[in-house]
Amino acid sequence: MKKYIFIVSAIVLGALVCGALDNVHPYGDPGTALMDDYFLANSYKSLSTQNIVTSIVFDYRGFDTIGEAAVLFTAVCAVGALFREGRGRR
Amino acid sequence: MRPLSVVVRTGCDFFAWFMIVFGVNIVIHGYMTPGGGFQGGAIIATFLAFLLVAYGGKKVLSWVNEKIYEFLFEELGLICFFVLALLGIGNSFFYNFLASPLGAERTGIMSLISPAGTTVFMSIAVGIEVTGALSLVIIAMFRGIRQFAGPSLPEEEIGHDR
Amino acid sequence: MIGNAPFFVVGVLFMMALVGIFMSRNLIKIAIAVTILGSSVNLFLVSLGYRAGGSVPIHFLAGEGEVMVLPTPQAMTLTAIVIALAVTALLLSLIMHVWRHYGTIDVDEVRRLRG
Repeated sequence: MKKYIFIVSAIVLGALVCGALDNVHPYGDPGTALMDDYFLANSYKSLSTQNIVTSIVFDYRGFDTIGEAAVLFTAVCAVGALFREGRGRR
Repeated sequence: MRPLSVVVRTGCDFFAWFMIVFGVNIVIHGYMTPGGGFQGGAIIATFLAFLLVAYGGKKVLSWVNEKIYEFLFEELGLICFFVLALLGIGNSFFYNFLASPLGAERTGIMSLISPAGTTVFMSIAVGIEVTGALSLVIIAMFRGIRQFAGPSLPEEEIGHDR
Repeated sequence: MIGNAPFFVVGVLFMMALVGIFMSRNLIKIAIAVTILGSSVNLFLVSLGYRAGGSVPIHFLAGEGEVMVLPTPQAMTLTAIVIALAVTALLLSLIMHVWRHYGTIDVDEVRRLRG
């Protein structure tokens, strides 16, 4: 019984999600994107970087990359702490 | 894990180093072709997984030195990244002080550096860091498998060979 | 309506991942469902930034077309992929510890053994 209630509510939620996704802008036409147009126009002209995605990741929005590196470092530290040998073995 | 058969090991001998060459190529040319630090670092870290699958855990874990991955790779990459970001602090954080606009004349020592500027060096630093991080995760989880085997299992490891 | 089919693919993937998270009792299956959830969000971000007829945002590699897709969602997706990888590694390590501690990775069994 609980399973059927869950399935019905999942279908209803899926319909709502698809209805919400129908209301974002039509696929292939994101409208005016001033920041992206600036990057596309000026990345190669003023920084000589052909790959615009790399230019954004490491130059224009490098602060996000610092946060990402911190997250990766924290995850590695956590995995190493979980699997350290010696103490805690039963 | 017991080592796999001699066919797999010979294939590993042939192709493992080319994986590193491919990853370094992707990292270094990240500013002009698809790729960059993360993707190339992930490809280089595949090298250790390849060795672990082909040669078995006991042999490879006696080869590798975790301190190299820990200090030389991961922390060196992070420190290089932060220092490169801090070097442009005179203008702003993450200022690309080595870059020059398209078609500008570069003289002296600057002519040796790519006009993309710090993007290249940051890509290399992040590639080193991701290589160390993913290799450390692989080593740690593999040691975890051995650690969890327990005393009840026989000492001779059971693999999927033969 | 039918032009928005990539968004509906994202919705279907999202719902599949959600059903997998709530219905399955195996922790490994829950980890797989979490990964699919992250992948659906990444797919949504990339498909949001698509321009009709656009090419990759790399000069000299883009071919003849003048139009390029938006680069910022792709850069953010790159960051999100690395973070999802870190999260997956931590999740699998925790599942290994749950298996060692309880001897099972069934969620109901885990709850039943230690009150």
